[in-house]
Amino acid sequence: MDFELMLKVYPFFLEAAWITVLLSILTAILGLTCGALGAAARLSRFAGLRFVGAAYVSVFRGTPALIQLFILYFGGPQIGIQLDAFEAGVIGLGINAGAYMTETIRGAIIAIDKGQREAARTLGLSQWQAMYRIILPQSARLMVRPLGVNINALIKATALVAAISVVELTYTAQRYIGSTYKPFEMFLLAGVLYMIIIYVVGRGIAWLDRKVQIT
Amino acid sequence: MTEKTNFVEIRHAQKSFGTLEVLKDISLTVERGQIVGIIGSSGSGKSTLLRAINDLDPLTGGEIWLDGVQVNKQLPHRQYEKHINEMRQHVGMVFQHFNLFPHMTARENVTMAPMLLKKISKEEANKLAEEQLENVGMLERIDYYPSQLSGGQKQRVAIARALAMKPKLMLFDEATSALDPELVEEVNQVMKNLAEQHMTMIIVTHEMDFAASVCDRVLFMDKGVVVEEGPPEVIFKTPTKDRTREFLRKHIEGAK
Amino acid sequence: MGLDFSIIPKYMDVILLGCAWTIGITVAAAILSFFGGIIFAVIALYAPWIIRQPFRLIAWLFMGTPLLLQLFLIYFGLVQIGIDLPAFVAGIIGLGLHFAVYNSELIQTAILAVDKGQMEAARTLGLSRGEALRKVVIPQAVRDVVPPIGNNMIALLKDSALVSVIGVSELTLSAQRVIGKTYRPFEFYILAAACYYVINLGMEWVQRKIERRISISR
Repeated sequence: MDFELMLKVYPFFLEAAWITVLLSILTAILGLTCGALGAAARLSRFAGLRFVGAAYVSVFRGTPALIQLFILYFGGPQIGIQLDAFEAGVIGLGINAGAYMTETIRGAIIAIDKGQREAARTLGLSQWQAMYRIILPQSARLMVRPLGVNINALIKATALVAAISVVELTYTAQRYIGSTYKPFEMFLLAGVLYMIIIYVVGRGIAWLDRKVQIT
Repeated sequence: MTEKTNFVEIRHAQKSFGTLEVLKDISLTVERGQIVGIIGSSGSGKSTLLRAINDLDPLTGGEIWLDGVQVNKQLPHRQYEKHINEMRQHVGMVFQHFNLFPHMTARENVTMAPMLLKKISKEEANKLAEEQLENVGMLERIDYYPSQLSGGQKQRVAIARALAMKPKLMLFDEATSALDPELVEEVNQVMKNLAEQHMTMIIVTHEMDFAASVCDRVLFMDKGVVVEEGPPEVIFKTPTKDRTREFLRKHIEGAK
Repeated sequence: MGLDFSIIPKYMDVILLGCAWTIGITVAAAILSFFGGIIFAVIALYAPWIIRQPFRLIAWLFMGTPLLLQLFLIYFGLVQIGIDLPAFVAGIIGLGLHFAVYNSELIQTAILAVDKGQMEAARTLGLSRGEALRKVVIPQAVRDVVPPIGNNMIALLKDSALVSVIGVSELTLSAQRVIGKTYRPFEFYILAAACYYVINLGMEWVQRKIERRISISR
């Protein structure tokens, strides 16, 4: 194990880790937004919207995220979408994560007993009020943990943007493996940084989960 | 091992979980072909005693002998494992919750252990399964999975599975307690048939009527000791100890 | 540059060959991950401390890092220690081990969830602990985790696209090569996506079949 080399290159890894963090945060925000919209569409009264929601989930979960990324980044210009690699990464991964989150959010909503909605409606609450005041607060408790799993997967999925040359952790590791021929050391450096990011996020989610369980 | 022992002999059995003593110096002998019932309230130690006989719950003190061989003898770990696996082949056990293997058909439940441990051929095993399942009236369900059987049917298959190892001794741990009342009789009938074939049996049970009709001898246990033992007509009709009378009064009233 | 899907038939044979490779790699890695998952689960639960703990640490590291990074480690790491495997073998090993770790987590939970009475019943018949695990406990645990393992296998199909990065000529790399000649990324990546989608549907169909078959023996 070449510790000297590791010590020498670790600042570059640290820098790359910030890109991974930034990517993760932006992707998570976009993913949650898409997930909420997707779930709303899946549970809509309108058959057309339900179909759109189901198709979104099926297509984006049924094909590799890497291909989705390539379509957006390499194929985008052909249909007038010009994005740099970082933008394409956030948008591609965000929409992909959103498909998984749609199912998580939808699952948490339909897990709430039908009687809750009926009780709210008999009290005179509107459809929207029943959802917003009665159903969502209850399903929020069920959502945090599985959304945490989605976010954990999303952080690891940010590595895919290495394939479109975004200089994040995996790309950096790959480059230094190529130039130093020390795959194990470079893996360990990047791996530890990923573990730290995932650990911190995991703690945050556990904290949030406790918080929503109390209320 | 030249010392003369009874067929089953339990000497000064003692068992504690931490500071809790669940068996306190119990001694018991069972002769070949004898049927012994153990009654008592839950927590009396009756199941623990039964489970000690094939070392599922190893004793913390005392000895258990079966047919001249000590079950719980002191051996280095590896040898002990080998010895106990050997001993267990001679002791059949039937559980309250059947513990049939859900991923195997009735046939496979019966044939698995003989094929694996006695290295009998597939044809022999199939013959054995048919024979044993016929004995318990389950031949027509031989290729059913446990999930397709009723509780009483499951328990009959479980008995056939135990008998397929040709045990010298059968242990029944509340074999009918988990059954719906209308299914109890079919299992009791199988056990009665076994009794007629002079199988040596130790039966832990809640059913006083069954114990009275089948057992040669009944033990009443309470708080880890054998309070009273004797022929069923004595234990059930003219018990001498207050604790026995108290238990029977509660139990027989409870049953009504 | 507009879209022109009429170019597709000309290169369809390359893409279909890529599909065949993707299916082959997925199936091989799935088999490796299934049996690897069982072995890993047994090690993680029953091996002596000195093996179990480092093993758990490595498993934890593999669950917390991206597959792509692991593929680089395995591909270049094997070369480093003098094992020069074809890229597709390295890809199968990488995918297989990665998903074996995930399957192992599922199987461990399932093994611990198998009713204690099952082990007892097997032991009372005279089976040793190892025999009881092999014949009674593990088969049940595996049946219980067929649905989530199926989901992992479908995830494996999609992640198999990543082995294109280490130069395995499966579907994604085949599409890339065609694009290199035609400069038609949108058309051919959409085509590749459609192929993955169809294979995905096929796998879901097989998954449902298997689930139905085993539901009776649980």
